[in-house]
Amino acid sequence: MEQTLSSSASNVPANRLKFLIGGLLIVAAVIYLIITSTQASAQYFMTVAELEEKGSQVIGRDLRISGAVIGDSIQYDPQTLTLRFTVAHVPGDNKEIEAQGGLAAVLHAAVSDPGRPRLQVVYQGVKPDLLRNEAQAIMTGKLGEDGIFYAEELLLKCPTKYEEALPEQSEG
Amino acid sequence: MITDLGYGTLALTFLLSIYGILAAVWGVQQRRPDWIDSARNAMLLTFPLLTLSSLSLIYLLVNGHYEVDYVASVTSNSMPLYLRITALWGGQAGSLLFWCWLMSAFASAVTLRNWERDREFLPWVIVVSLITLAFFLGLTLFVENPFDRLWLLPGGIALKSFFAPQGAIPYFQSDGKGLNPLLRHPGMIIHPPMLYLGFVSFVIPFAFAIASLITNRSDDRWIRITRRWSLVAWLFLSLGLILGGRWAYDVLGWGGYWGWDPVEIAAFMPWLTGTAFLHSVMIQEKRGMLKHWNMILIILTYNLVIFGTFLTRSGVLSSVHAFAQSAIGPLFFMYIGASFVISLSLLLRRWQDLKSDLHMTSLLSREALFLLNNLLFLGILVVCFWGVIFPLISEIVTGQKVTVGPPFYERATAPLFAGLLLLMGIAPLAAWRHSTVQTLGKAIWKPTVVSLLAPLIAFSSGVRNWAALLGFWLAAFVACVTLYEYGRAVIARSRGHGESLLRAFWNLAGRNRRRYGGYIIHLGVVLMAIGIIGIELFQKETQGTLAQGEELSLGPYTMRFDSLAVFDTADGRNVARAVVSVYKNGQYVGELYPRRDYYYESQQPMTIPGLRSTMEDDFYVLLVDWQPISSAGATFKVYQNPLVNWLWLGGFVFIIGTMVAAWPEREISPATARARRRTPQAARAS
Repeated sequence: MEQTLSSSASNVPANRLKFLIGGLLIVAAVIYLIITSTQASAQYFMTVAELEEKGSQVIGRDLRISGAVIGDSIQYDPQTLTLRFTVAHVPGDNKEIEAQGGLAAVLHAAVSDPGRPRLQVVYQGVKPDLLRNEAQAIMTGKLGEDGIFYAEELLLKCPTKYEEALPEQSEG
Repeated sequence: MITDLGYGTLALTFLLSIYGILAAVWGVQQRRPDWIDSARNAMLLTFPLLTLSSLSLIYLLVNGHYEVDYVASVTSNSMPLYLRITALWGGQAGSLLFWCWLMSAFASAVTLRNWERDREFLPWVIVVSLITLAFFLGLTLFVENPFDRLWLLPGGIALKSFFAPQGAIPYFQSDGKGLNPLLRHPGMIIHPPMLYLGFVSFVIPFAFAIASLITNRSDDRWIRITRRWSLVAWLFLSLGLILGGRWAYDVLGWGGYWGWDPVEIAAFMPWLTGTAFLHSVMIQEKRGMLKHWNMILIILTYNLVIFGTFLTRSGVLSSVHAFAQSAIGPLFFMYIGASFVISLSLLLRRWQDLKSDLHMTSLLSREALFLLNNLLFLGILVVCFWGVIFPLISEIVTGQKVTVGPPFYERATAPLFAGLLLLMGIAPLAAWRHSTVQTLGKAIWKPTVVSLLAPLIAFSSGVRNWAALLGFWLAAFVACVTLYEYGRAVIARSRGHGESLLRAFWNLAGRNRRRYGGYIIHLGVVLMAIGIIGIELFQKETQGTLAQGEELSLGPYTMRFDSLAVFDTADGRNVARAVVSVYKNGQYVGELYPRRDYYYESQQPMTIPGLRSTMEDDFYVLLVDWQPISSAGATFKVYQNPLVNWLWLGGFVFIIGTMVAAWPEREISPATARARRRTPQAARAS
């Protein structure tokens, strides 16, 4: 052990450089992985109004949109498992929702106001039990060239159950 | 009465912890061993007291004392006895008490060890353990009290409080809300206790590390004392994670085992630093290096444990904004902040004393490869941490809410996990101190050649996914190296000692449990990797609405919808249960019964898959929807999960390996240890 010590003492700086470079390479690789993966899989939270405003700029991007389900618009074809419905704009900010009287009031107002920005949604899959009038739909997916939102994942919250919101696995 | 007893003992334990902290500090300052002994007795007493408190809560839960708010919120008349007992950790307040109880068990146990050789650690171990315990006890007492009763104010408003508010009358309910149905699963009975045991037992190595910093001992005594503690902590944490995965697979009904949600990540992060720690302490023990690094790892692990406890049970994860809304949130962040600052400043103060006189000499030496392994584990930690806090950062910086989902974690961590597998294959063959490409190459070429068979076989059976081929090669490479190392040592021992191969294998594992237990763990990881590659890269799914007698095909499987029944059960469920026949390659292989339970009390549905499980693949059927008249049809979601059973098998092997490594072994005298370390060859063989 003593021998190794003395023999290696002479090239300590060279060694240190080697290890420093090695360490930096790892750090760089981790940072690179984080940056590219973030860019590739970031989902942007948007409201229906923001989506209408940005329009074509965000086509093809991963988006997460929240809106109030309009009951009359729900169409479901069990043979092809195609679900179509329309959502109305609700504010994205929790504080704003609280200020307007809570989620149930906000959802009700959104559905009964025809002047609000609206968005057509298409979803392939099983129709979730909770999909009904004045439910809050949280959808992830992409905006198509045709202005229709193609949802890949659909999550629903009902105002009555909002206090004890269902865990995430209730996705359709 | 029992409520008072539970609350009273809880309050008493809190006061006792505070006393213990003060007595220990006073004892050190005044050099009065009697005060330190008194502190030690205080710490010893916490366990019996908290046992009394926890038993009181269990009594209330079992006997349906719904005047207690916690009891009413997690139990109901229809729940069987075992579920009422497990409701102890079914909600936030109860699980905090449970956490304290387990913590006190470890704290009491540590006072009973033989302290003669390291008495100067004792007061500081007491201080750190009791501060941790007192913090959680304080939360339980003042913020989330499981013994709070429900009261009815004159206006008809219900209120929860331990003591009777002015003019209020007790509010007796005849039934409670019942435990969240998702938690009514055998996996859920042992998963949280295992995770918590893992969490609390990491407090002890941290306490010794801090004691070592305060008393300015720069040797590795604290690591040697806590070696087994760390392994036991890690065992429980791993078991908790594996059981959690199995529970998700059986109950959550999305065909997966791990969803990268913040709760899972919160439990995974201390495991990452803990794993890095277990590896890097070996370098300190063998070579006296990386002393700072080990301190940093244990400090990180402790803080991540506290953070994880907070996240896994606080239920405030739906939004980052909810942190501020819970009273518990700011307290936790203050505690974590304070403990981080204090422990890091202690470390900085001792930085010079912990300097190692040795340097790494070769990039291919085993210690360098271990360091690389540590960097990769920390890399994964950074990825996880970034994923959890990214929404918050992006909102602060850009005002735009952005989140990252599972694809982010998969993309960013997959190369790092692959790197870890590669290291797992190379490092056991590298020598300490000095390795060159030649010596390493000589040791490695045989297992490498053999391992190439795995991707070749996969390729010839039609696998064209390059990531899967690479993954299979890495798994095979690690397996070959590990078995090669094992085999070589067994044969050498069998020749040298004239023992039979089996006998030599047994003695070898007994001689150096950590090393050979570690190899078993590596083999477990290989099996798990095969399962993960299978389900992540080759999972197939389809869905369809079938009328009675209609069929749905997926891969080699065909399922036929035979019938559906909807009925109520005695324990308050409405069950819809389908019968489907499964055919594989045209052969009938059995019936499955996917079902959906609806819990009336909690108004929550729960989807239980029908599962046909083989080593080749799992056929996983979910009943997602049905018509009121069952003959009209039902909708199914169907998954084929290749190789997923290897994951569970691997988990089992992994746990066995950890048990072998953690099993007590005779302490080797320093002289023999030094002798064995003299030559690299001997060190490798032992």
